[in-house]
Amino acid sequence: MNMNWILLVALFLSGPVWAGEAKPLADDPASEARLKHLAVELRCLVCQNQTLADSNAPLAEDLRREVREMIAKNMSDQEIIEFLTARYGDFVLYRPPLKATTTLLWVGPFVLVGIGATALVITLRRRAGKVVDVPVTEDEHRRVEQLLSEGGKRS
Amino acid sequence: MNRFLLPLSIFIVVVVFLGIGLKLNPREIPSPLVGKAAPDFSQPQLFEPTKIFSPADMKGKVWLLNFWASWCSGCKTEHPVLMDLAKSGEVPIYGMDYKDQRDEAMTWLSRWGNPYPIVGVDEAGRVGINYGVYGVPETYVIDKQGVIRYKQIGPLDPDTVEKKIIPLVKQLETQ
Repeated sequence: MNMNWILLVALFLSGPVWAGEAKPLADDPASEARLKHLAVELRCLVCQNQTLADSNAPLAEDLRREVREMIAKNMSDQEIIEFLTARYGDFVLYRPPLKATTTLLWVGPFVLVGIGATALVITLRRRAGKVVDVPVTEDEHRRVEQLLSEGGKRS
Repeated sequence: MNRFLLPLSIFIVVVVFLGIGLKLNPREIPSPLVGKAAPDFSQPQLFEPTKIFSPADMKGKVWLLNFWASWCSGCKTEHPVLMDLAKSGEVPIYGMDYKDQRDEAMTWLSRWGNPYPIVGVDEAGRVGINYGVYGVPETYVIDKQGVIRYKQIGPLDPDTVEKKIIPLVKQLETQ
């Protein structure tokens, strides 16, 4: 309730400053939250390891503006993401969809783990087969004891 | 000998994959728009702002759409190549001045030469977004039906023009 009053006052005070500018959505926290929620899922194409939310590249600013306008037009998240993938491809998504072209990306790590596990099992089995029980003879026992006792004296 | 064969072959496979990875350019993102209709626009022209430039006027022609800007250094690199291509008369190159100042764009063209019959102005970068532009220069080859056939990301060089653009244009002309 209190917050609403503050926002209302802020809106009233800053109204004239906005004249002629694209309407920012800060007055509508729900839309701004949607923008943030979408922007962290989208990649900035200029600085490729940043999300659309983090990037200050001019293109990222433009794309945020487009997304804002689409939110204002009440388009669904799905429609907004389709708008962007139609232009920039799946690369804009930080979570690429499972498709024929992205199978390797999704399945690859599991295949590698599978190969590793198989190799490990095979190696361990082979090694287990190589260990042979060799009986220790009476003579060897005596020699070991002798050596151990000599070692004890020296230290 | 046999016990080295497996590690060696794994090593070779890894080296080949890493080698391919090194050769790939992460900046080159394949465009989903190749094979699709070129997005429509109607933008004011640079030299005659009252006139409109629209891809609809190009129907029946094979043409190039080149996104550039006076602030873009890659465009300066590319510029002589565009001048040569325009002079050769193989294919018309239309410009789209992307997120630029009008006066600076006109100064740039009068200083370095103008390869474009018409330049459109995309001040807000909206046409760029519709074409999936994420850095200038970018060049699109558009066929007679208005379908995008090729996208060049980054500056065109004489080799690409010779081996890709001109053969593609010639092939599209016959269609």
